[in-house]
Amino acid sequence: MIEFHLSGRSGVAPYLQLIQQVRQALRLGLLREGDQLPKVKDVAAGLAINPNTVLKAYRELEYEGLVAARPGIGTFVTGTLGGGPSLAAHEPLRRDLRRWLAKARTAGLDEESIEALFASTFHESAEEGIA
Amino acid sequence: MTAVVTTEGLGKRYRTKWALSDCTLSIPAGHVVGLVGPNGAGKTTLLNLATGLLAPSAGTIEVLGGRPAAGPAQLAKVGYLAQDAPVYAGLSVADHLKLGVRLNPGWDADLARDRVTRLDLDPRQKAGSLSGGQRAQLALTMATSKRPELLILDEPVAALDPLARRDFLSDLMETVAEQEVSVVLSSHLISDLERVCDYLIVLIASRVRVAGPVDELLSTHYLLAGPRRDPARLPAGQEVISASHTDVQSTLLVRTADRILDPAWTVSEISLEDLVLAYLSQDKPKRDPHRRQPHLRQRPHLEVQK
Repeated sequence: MIEFHLSGRSGVAPYLQLIQQVRQALRLGLLREGDQLPKVKDVAAGLAINPNTVLKAYRELEYEGLVAARPGIGTFVTGTLGGGPSLAAHEPLRRDLRRWLAKARTAGLDEESIEALFASTFHESAEEGIA
Repeated sequence: MTAVVTTEGLGKRYRTKWALSDCTLSIPAGHVVGLVGPNGAGKTTLLNLATGLLAPSAGTIEVLGGRPAAGPAQLAKVGYLAQDAPVYAGLSVADHLKLGVRLNPGWDADLARDRVTRLDLDPRQKAGSLSGGQRAQLALTMATSKRPELLILDEPVAALDPLARRDFLSDLMETVAEQEVSVVLSSHLISDLERVCDYLIVLIASRVRVAGPVDELLSTHYLLAGPRRDPARLPAGQEVISASHTDVQSTLLVRTADRILDPAWTVSEISLEDLVLAYLSQDKPKRDPHRRQPHLRQRPHLEVQK
């Protein structure tokens, strides 16, 4: 069972934070198919947030095909995100990224410049992907 | 949308002074509704009229389809927690529960007992010697154990320390998840409201200035910053809530259902607190015309605790 947390300073709406945390847990393998998500009542009480916020997040996840609600029992994971084969691809990709980072540092880029370069390239390529 | 509270031209006069006048609003069912506004806006008067503790001097009010406090059935449908969470200081916690059984036809004794156990309250302790947080929890127990359809809370956490406030709200949210009860609560603490409320009503001088689902409000208000510009020349459909200008720059808070397309603007989303402050500062005369972001700085009558 995972536990949710909320950041008041992130500027991200609470229901989106819950969705991101479930997706993250799926990606990292903390949640697998068949696992139960925390009960709406427990999340509402634990974080002192409106139960409708939790329901909204769970509905969205259900719409994405990642979870399914079983009335009277709870909400369960039914899908996966980047698990299985793509997890195996992580390690070589991480090695490439490390090499690239080392090159960037050798070229004299500081942390902020590296982050900015990565973010702008990432956005560019994401936009090309859409177009 | 069914309403739990509907008012039409509602007013309450004390001698010559109107505490609430010509108030027309509708509070939807199935939400946790936050009622905010400056001191003197009429929030407490409105809530007291909804419970029937006060009778209107003008206009009408309907609560869950009936007249407030019209009879035992109407009284049983509404739970009320007044400011400062009043309890009977001389009675023990157990006495309060006994009183609950006698006074409320729909009293859920199991729920009340469970809550007292879960909250770790000693049944023999006199309510007068409880801490502020425990007193508020006992008062909430009394209000929820009668199984109301509507729970009205007037500044429930204002007097509590941060930990007690958090416990109280967590308890309240659990109750909402379990009981499907509609809640109306007034508060100055907007950071709390942002988490617990899914519907907001801003009341200024008896008038509803803005009302709607919190998500919808947040997704239709934007902070725009860009080269100086006359707010009157914005596209139709962009309502300016607050504006400030320097000689070269304009900063506007606008409400619009459409996307902001003008590339001259840097567009940011705003928090619920910024939104409420913008509406509250709207009616205040600006002291310094060159102040850059009045809606973020002027905090009239507001206490913001994190």
